[in-house]
Amino acid sequence: MLFNLPVFIHLYERLNSRNDGRCRTSNPIHYVFQTDQSPSSLEPNRASRRAMSSAATTPPSVDKVDGFSRKSVRKAKQKRSQSSSQFRSQGKPIELTPLPLLKDVPAPEQPELFLKKLQQCCTVFDFMDTLSDLKMKEYKRSTLNELVDYVTVSRGYLTEQAYPEVVKMVSYNIFRTLPPSDSNEFDPEEDEPTLEASWPHLQLVYEFFIRFLESQEFQPSIAKKYIDQKFVLQLLELFDSEDPRERDYLKTVLHRIYGKFLGLRAFIRKQINNIFLRFVYETEHFNGVAELLEILGSIINGFALPLKAEHKQFLVKVLIPLHTVRSLSLFHAQLAYCIVQFLEKDPALTEPVIRGLLKFWPKTCSQKEVMYLGELEEILDVIEPTQFVKIQEPLFKQISRCVSSPHFQVAERALYYWNNEYIMSLIEENSSVILPIMFASLYRISKEHWNPAIVALVYNVLKAFMEMNSTLFDELTATYKSDRQREKKKEKEREELWKKLGDLELKRGLRSDGIIPT
Amino acid sequence: MQHKSKMAGADGDDSLYPIAVLIDELRNEDVQLRLNSIKKLSTIALALGVERTRTELLPFLTDTIYDEDEVLLALAEQLGNFTMLVGGPEYVHCLLPPLESLATVEETVVRDKAVESLRKISQEHSPVDLEVHFEPLVKRLASGDWFTSRTSACGLFSVCYPRVSSTVKAEIRQHFRTLCSDDTPMVRRAAASKLGEFAKVLELDYVKSDIISLFTALASDEQDSVRLLAVEACVSIATLLPQEDLETLVMPTLRQAAEDKSWRVRYMVADKFSELQKAVGPEITKNDLVPAFQNLLKDCEAEVRAAAANKVKEFCENLPEDSRETIIMTHILPCVKELVSDTNQHVKSALASVIMGLSTILGKDNTVEHLLPLFLAQLKDECPEVRLNIISNLDCVNEVIGIRQLSQSLLPAIVELAEDAKWRVRLAIIEYMPLLAGQLGVEFFDEKLNTLCMAWLIDHVYAIREAATCNLMKLVEKFGAEWAQNTIVPKVLGMANDPNYLHRMTTLFCINALSEVCGQDITTKQMLPVVLKMSNDQVANVRFNVAKSLQKIGPVLDSNALQTEVKPVLEKLDTDTDMDVKYFAQEAISGKYTTLSIFFLYEVASLGPRSKWPILYVSERSTMCPAECVSQCER
Repeated sequence: MLFNLPVFIHLYERLNSRNDGRCRTSNPIHYVFQTDQSPSSLEPNRASRRAMSSAATTPPSVDKVDGFSRKSVRKAKQKRSQSSSQFRSQGKPIELTPLPLLKDVPAPEQPELFLKKLQQCCTVFDFMDTLSDLKMKEYKRSTLNELVDYVTVSRGYLTEQAYPEVVKMVSYNIFRTLPPSDSNEFDPEEDEPTLEASWPHLQLVYEFFIRFLESQEFQPSIAKKYIDQKFVLQLLELFDSEDPRERDYLKTVLHRIYGKFLGLRAFIRKQINNIFLRFVYETEHFNGVAELLEILGSIINGFALPLKAEHKQFLVKVLIPLHTVRSLSLFHAQLAYCIVQFLEKDPALTEPVIRGLLKFWPKTCSQKEVMYLGELEEILDVIEPTQFVKIQEPLFKQISRCVSSPHFQVAERALYYWNNEYIMSLIEENSSVILPIMFASLYRISKEHWNPAIVALVYNVLKAFMEMNSTLFDELTATYKSDRQREKKKEKEREELWKKLGDLELKRGLRSDGIIPT
Repeated sequence: MQHKSKMAGADGDDSLYPIAVLIDELRNEDVQLRLNSIKKLSTIALALGVERTRTELLPFLTDTIYDEDEVLLALAEQLGNFTMLVGGPEYVHCLLPPLESLATVEETVVRDKAVESLRKISQEHSPVDLEVHFEPLVKRLASGDWFTSRTSACGLFSVCYPRVSSTVKAEIRQHFRTLCSDDTPMVRRAAASKLGEFAKVLELDYVKSDIISLFTALASDEQDSVRLLAVEACVSIATLLPQEDLETLVMPTLRQAAEDKSWRVRYMVADKFSELQKAVGPEITKNDLVPAFQNLLKDCEAEVRAAAANKVKEFCENLPEDSRETIIMTHILPCVKELVSDTNQHVKSALASVIMGLSTILGKDNTVEHLLPLFLAQLKDECPEVRLNIISNLDCVNEVIGIRQLSQSLLPAIVELAEDAKWRVRLAIIEYMPLLAGQLGVEFFDEKLNTLCMAWLIDHVYAIREAATCNLMKLVEKFGAEWAQNTIVPKVLGMANDPNYLHRMTTLFCINALSEVCGQDITTKQMLPVVLKMSNDQVANVRFNVAKSLQKIGPVLDSNALQTEVKPVLEKLDTDTDMDVKYFAQEAISGKYTTLSIFFLYEVASLGPRSKWPILYVSERSTMCPAECVSQCER
């Protein structure tokens, strides 16, 4: 049941084929939740774990290969950082009394000292003021480092009293109101993210927390008293952080919590729902969509069959509308992955998914259109022939529009479908339905598209159709002209109908104004 | 009743329009055609008559609501105006089923429009229909499964509450309460945003017993997006309550909001500060709001400080008169002083846009002693927007202390803005020139600012040259024709010999703008000869602008000049090799005797609405595209 890594990479690369090197996901989560799995069987595979820890040290690459990156050039690599909106006014300097190292005290005293250190680490420093409390900042950093090592290697330290203290320390440090974004029109595609100023401490806190959650001594039954719904809710809000390093850690934290706390699973899914719905319908702004989708990808993979109504609703009412968002390109790969996961679970969902995509098909954004076409191809790759028949008509009406798009990348992407063997076989089986839909567009652009490459591709497609079904092809060629004339006539009739209706409205309008007596 | 008989009378033609055809239109494959049909839904309904609209069209619309959101939006809007088309108020409830479905759609704009239409037609329901048809709909929406219907319900309570019986009222209050504690934040946000509106239609006792507890709960919601909406409601609620209850019922919550840990909530408090101030009255303002306002001005987030800075003037104005000056001098001014050197330019610029207003409140002496140094500091600010905001509000200070106090610092600031690298900044300062000229007087202007105004005429951005032209006209209006003749006309006319054709055209544009204000004498004797001479220009753009200019200054000239001088030149241009020159020459010939209003002149001078332009404007080699024009010259 383990999720197949090469498939993901393959999918990911194909979706990104137009902008190589723009890979944003630094460490996709490579394993899966089973619905009623016991937490202990949830160990990540070794390779992915290594990927995870290496990613923790190297920030995700944000290289962009883009011919039109004027804006990025102008804004050359300015590293901005921000505080956490929690420092009201400067108080007096902070004093912490240095404690001995844990390894220097006898084992029985260690738990007590561990608690004391946790309490000390609840103190939060202002990192925007780079000169204040330098000594104490350094002290806290080294203490945190020590705590990280301690939870990784020590045994028997996790007393029941330690749980609330750990959660408290983590909460004090990571939970904060995120500051306003620096510029109003922050464009995650173009602008450098604002980095969290307190990262030197924050990173260690996250690191500590993950080691704590992964520790062999960790007992969810005790922890669930402290890691509750409120905790999770605040954790989810942090996914809006602009700092990609923080979102990366959060992803791992949430993933571990989802894995270990069965009682929180439904709640987490529901809150992610709410975040997405707000993102789609209210704000269009949330930085952590890609990360949340990545977690969902592995959650969906573990759904039991038959799918619950709740999950189907999530697909249709949340995941599909996510396609409408302006910043789709930032999380499209993860979104498409989730969608395909659903369809592999339950092929009967193909029809609503494709109809949903067609409903939200982009009208003015060619870049998004190319993404939609890419996703459709991924779906068609796994579609069952019986499902294909159900949606072929509306689907190919849209593809016919794309093929005749004046934007050559859109047309090209759509025409590439004919290079896909599986799609070709589906088209061949249903050529009597598809050919008449496609024919007019293909015939027209073969004569008038401005881009020679597109014309060449169209010729190939026409040729393929001719070989598939030559009788129908000849018939369509013969009737092409009369069909166009019939269309024109229909158009004229429509115009006349509306003109008549308009006259009627005018007449009645006059009559009800009392100008023409009844 | 009368209406009904009219509709019935027209029913005879209905057979002409079988519903099938019309519905076919509504179902067309092409979204655009579907959208067109939906937008003409009223025409379709008219063709069908009221009876068939009710029995056939509306059921069809109700059943087939699965379409693109754009179509649904148009439908939701149309249905709000459908009352007469279904037979008037007694049948208006027929519109509820389709609108109910639309109110459950995911897309917010569609849902909002459906709610808007529902609110509109609720007024057309009789009290009985409201209870029999409308209120059950609200209840159904309020208890819907999916959050969208519950969100929509929030907007409908307040429109039906005042007109229903007391038992139904009690139910409505119960539903609203439930929605305020909904487990979906989207619904709680909708409820919070309608809380103020709902409070307004409730009886005072219920405001105290119900609304206050809901308000308190929403204001301490775990999501800041909900809490901030409660701040908005706070204004309405505080207005409704008697003064003596405010302290216990509202203030604890408001104080908590002003110190909320989320900057979004604090921002909201700052943004609504004037409204809050008016709602809670002078006493609470003195005791509570003044310190709260100080904190907001010192907030750690620039967003909050900027919002508060924007309110400085209004807040000070509305302080109770007896203690206004003391409060400003001891509490507000120290914070304002700090904001002048804030690290964030938006904060400074927000402050600069209102700070001048304080001088009228504080009077001459305080202004000179305390405010003037701040104005001067802001005039030297590194951010042009700050300087601009100060300059644009000079009139307030002028009234109190006269502008002389400032003029020495003003000049460098103006010069710097006039030469700013960003053309929008230059444009903004040009727009304040007439105001400045008026306040500084003609002498100061001639000495210091005239050269700037002339320099703008040869700016490399068209919008600046255009604004400079307009500016000259306003200056002449202020200083008179004689001043124009001595100072600006010679310079403008001198540009007619400039090697750059864009500058030559600027001469023409200036003449267009100035001829009316300068009067017949100057126009005929000085301007006209120059225009006529330019008809031999080698660039076609200049020549057709000559034709346009002649048309524009025509009304100012006497008929003798028109006949003997203008007409021959236009006739010559009419035989030009360039088609655009010909076109405008013909335009001028046919239009030259009609008196053109100054309004039209304005339109042209400022490249007004496209619709006012001759059709050929599109093909005109616009002054905006120098590249194209150059190729024209070479040809």
